[in-house]
Amino acid sequence: MTTRIVELRRGILKKNDELAAGLRAGFSSAGVLVLNLVSSPGTGKTALLEWTLRELKARGARAAALVGDLETDNDARRLAASGAPVRQINTHGICHLDAEMVGKHLSDWDGVELGGLDYLFIENVGNLVCPSSYDLGEAIRVVLLSVTEGEDKPLKYPTMFNSADAAVITKMDLAVPCGFDRWAALKNINEIRPGIRIFETSVKTGAGTEEWLGYLEEQRAARS
Amino acid sequence: MHELSIIASVVDTVMESVAVYPGARVVEVRLRVGALASVVEDSLQFCFGIATEGTALEGSKLVVKTIPVVVHCVPCAEDMELDGVQSFRCPKCGEPCVDLRQGRELEIEAIEIEEADGIEKTGVTA
Repeated sequence: MTTRIVELRRGILKKNDELAAGLRAGFSSAGVLVLNLVSSPGTGKTALLEWTLRELKARGARAAALVGDLETDNDARRLAASGAPVRQINTHGICHLDAEMVGKHLSDWDGVELGGLDYLFIENVGNLVCPSSYDLGEAIRVVLLSVTEGEDKPLKYPTMFNSADAAVITKMDLAVPCGFDRWAALKNINEIRPGIRIFETSVKTGAGTEEWLGYLEEQRAARS
Repeated sequence: MHELSIIASVVDTVMESVAVYPGARVVEVRLRVGALASVVEDSLQFCFGIATEGTALEGSKLVVKTIPVVVHCVPCAEDMELDGVQSFRCPKCGEPCVDLRQGRELEIEAIEIEEADGIEKTGVTA
């Protein structure tokens, strides 16, 4: 018997990373700004997206959404009311979206061409752990945190917050009844991801939504 | 929660890599896992036991090396290792650091195999 060490130095998620790089190149050449929305279940990704799709449409922008859930097409039906093209991805038990699922659902999406879009939103499966490992080819990863979840979420899930490009605090209309410590939340986000852009929003009252929309428009302009 | 899919990918890669050593038995699989990789070693070990059953990896040992986070501090002009993942500030000057140089790794570093003597490696590239 001979013992041998074989050096591999191989990324475990190499296949996903390669697919994501291909998607990113396609998004970039089509001129579509792609955002990956991540949060715990129930933070309000769908509610923010409902408002955003409706508002972008009203302003003449072309936006579409892919929405991930383990089961049901409830979110896709909610979002489709905005008039934007929406497609559900059911993962059937898998706790995150990956680049292959995104690629597949884009490639056979009837009537939707990337070149005809200004924005594509990918609403990930509600989970603050696993989606952080899977690049979907997005330009911007947005992490959401609601005032009902606790100000220390960024400290508990540092990987997700550290890998995000922007953070949205949702349900600000509930901040007072929930005893939300705004300064602690802002400090914790900044401790994990220094200097990140933070939006404090409520789609019920409209607070912070103009700033969020302004950010989307600015990011799109910066990339086109 | 996604440790099983990660381990499944590890098993596939290792199987492909040992295919060029006919009759070889895998003794050890060494991973490098960054402190920010969002995977739990206990869970990796548990899944590894299940996923390797009936394969050339059955009975092999999974060794997980944790890679600490390293950030680049602009004022100090130096790469700094962080103690944990609760604060992304330079441990020397306290400045917030956004430039991550290490800590997200999720890779197979190497495998250790036992080969029966007298069998030559086939011509396929690993």
